[in-house]
Amino acid sequence: MLHILKNRILKGVVTRHIGLKLSKEIESAGSELSSLIRKKFGRSLHIREVDTGSCGACESEIIAANNPIYDLQRFGIQFVASPRHADCLLATGPVSKNMFMALKKTYEAMPEPKFVITCGDCALDGGLFKDSYYVQGPVKDILPVVLHIPGCPPDPLTIITTLLDFLRK
Amino acid sequence: MDHPEIIPGIKNKFVDLNPLSVSMPYPDEVVLQIDPRDFKNTCLALHKILFSPVMALFALDERRETGNYRINAIFLDLKNSRWITASIAVAQDVPCFDSLAKSIYSANLFEREIWEMFGIEPKGHPDLRRLRLHDEVCAKENYPLRKDFQKIQYGDPSDYKFARVEGDGIFEVPVGPVHAGIIEPGHFRFSVAGEPIINLELRLGFTHRGVEKLFEGKRYPDAIKLSERISGDSSFAHSLAFTQAAEKISGALIPTQAAYLRCIFLELERMYNHANDIGGIATDVGFSFPSAYASIIKEAILQLNDRLTGSRYLRSINTVGGVLTDIDENKKQILIDALKHIKHDFDELVKMLYSSVSFMDRVDTTGVLRRKTAEDLGVVGLIARASGIPTDLRKYFSDIYKEAKLKMATQESGDVLARLRVRISEFKESCRLTEEFTARLNKGEILRTGPVSKGGSALGYAEGWRGPVLYWLKTDPTGLIQRCKIVDPSFLNWQGLSYAVLGNIIPDFPLCNKSFDLSYSGNDL
Repeated sequence: MLHILKNRILKGVVTRHIGLKLSKEIESAGSELSSLIRKKFGRSLHIREVDTGSCGACESEIIAANNPIYDLQRFGIQFVASPRHADCLLATGPVSKNMFMALKKTYEAMPEPKFVITCGDCALDGGLFKDSYYVQGPVKDILPVVLHIPGCPPDPLTIITTLLDFLRK
Repeated sequence: MDHPEIIPGIKNKFVDLNPLSVSMPYPDEVVLQIDPRDFKNTCLALHKILFSPVMALFALDERRETGNYRINAIFLDLKNSRWITASIAVAQDVPCFDSLAKSIYSANLFEREIWEMFGIEPKGHPDLRRLRLHDEVCAKENYPLRKDFQKIQYGDPSDYKFARVEGDGIFEVPVGPVHAGIIEPGHFRFSVAGEPIINLELRLGFTHRGVEKLFEGKRYPDAIKLSERISGDSSFAHSLAFTQAAEKISGALIPTQAAYLRCIFLELERMYNHANDIGGIATDVGFSFPSAYASIIKEAILQLNDRLTGSRYLRSINTVGGVLTDIDENKKQILIDALKHIKHDFDELVKMLYSSVSFMDRVDTTGVLRRKTAEDLGVVGLIARASGIPTDLRKYFSDIYKEAKLKMATQESGDVLARLRVRISEFKESCRLTEEFTARLNKGEILRTGPVSKGGSALGYAEGWRGPVLYWLKTDPTGLIQRCKIVDPSFLNWQGLSYAVLGNIIPDFPLCNKSFDLSYSGNDL
């Protein structure tokens, strides 16, 4: 116990400051939607993450965005265990045929209002896997996607700034 | 060449063994051409003589060239640092071969894979349910890895039949494919009697993206990119195994500097993943401070990777003939400074875990995989080492690691604690090795481009942090890939998990699972 306390004090606060520059691109997300999001989820956004066949690197970076250094929770954004608790579905991967149904069911299980964000290049258009016999197609053909976080994988800073930019924090 | 010289003992112990031909295409590979009728006996003999599981068993569609399919079974000969392949031709009008699954457990999943991907029947196999092409999604007569396959045909969906445990008070608990945490998808079906798990059936394949087919017809640069995205946390080990296979085929010799750099990056990958898993084990017992502490260590290594190579996951480094990123004097200093901090933090983390009685109580004797079970299942890599099986490709195959006197970490007890201890020892050893390799770097060339377009086949391998990653590669004379068989260590090790959890309670499952930390995407391909 003493050891933990000692390390807690010695380590101090490791969380880094994240400065935001509002970008123009995100504006195209639609003013109607963004006002809705601000009104409904302005201070707290709960996300359900679904891997539809990614290699695991996006997951690793999303987890990293929650570590003490990036600390996504301080902005009121939380990852939840059940789709019933979620406002937003964050999808990674090119959507394998086996995950197609699971993705749709997860979305259907979420209460309204809800929206979908994709994370990583595979989720945008299938990436390197788009020509495969077992890829159903990009997330945007299956669910209404409002935002994409680019990268392969996107680093934690990109994930956080893109999300916050979108939410106009 | 006479085969008793190549494989001593094979003639005395198993007199009926009679390969059609024996060849050594590379110093570390022996290929035995076998009469299909002798296939089972030969494989059994190799399995027993070499104490090796079936490391890979796969088919090739050679109907266009020879009118036959071909099946290769690869065994590991650790003592002599080489791989032994038993190869048979399978006629296309009677596509079947003798199943090994009843005698060698590790052949089981490979044979199911051959059946679903090629439609070649392993005769006598007890369970031919499909692994990756789920019955709910795709019709039975789809064989994607045949050369004449066009696209998936849909048919009547049918249900997958789970093994049922019946009796009073038995409950089934289905979990997944979408899990509570931020992890990859897979389905677990627990049968419990009260608290203890009496059966666990894994159903994976959810992240199947058909990558082996995607490799076909690609050239090396594109294929390396793809190999880095098979299992994101083992990007480097995968691209390394791939490039080594490609280098064997094209006869490229890599410069010494590049060989050292590859070892450094391989160890960095091991370190960030071990830190992640140790933190994960702490998370799964609800011990939050060490878990956060471990994630800081992981992040430090990922940022170090980024500063050294420009990629947090060590991508775009390997290429045929060497590496694309050098570590100069400046970066050397960055690496050495960062390692000092990382080592200090890691020692503190270990102290925190070992000094907590409640933590030790949770991990000790939980999720035991006994050595006998581990040997029978044919688990590999870190999981095997934690159950007392001394196996590590680095120790037996790499001169660089031999020179650096790699200390292999093994434990006997096979529980979560043993796997934790192996990870801790390996992390420390990786720190030491990285420092030693860094000291040996000098300003040599890092890339030698040689002849690239050449036909042939070869096996590439690397000991990633989970265990051996294998790439068996075949190219045509212009350098186009014709077949690429990938074996991630997860493929053999998932079976280990379903035995390790037996008798444990469901709340301990996440702990057992994290102590294995296997890849879904590497397994599903």
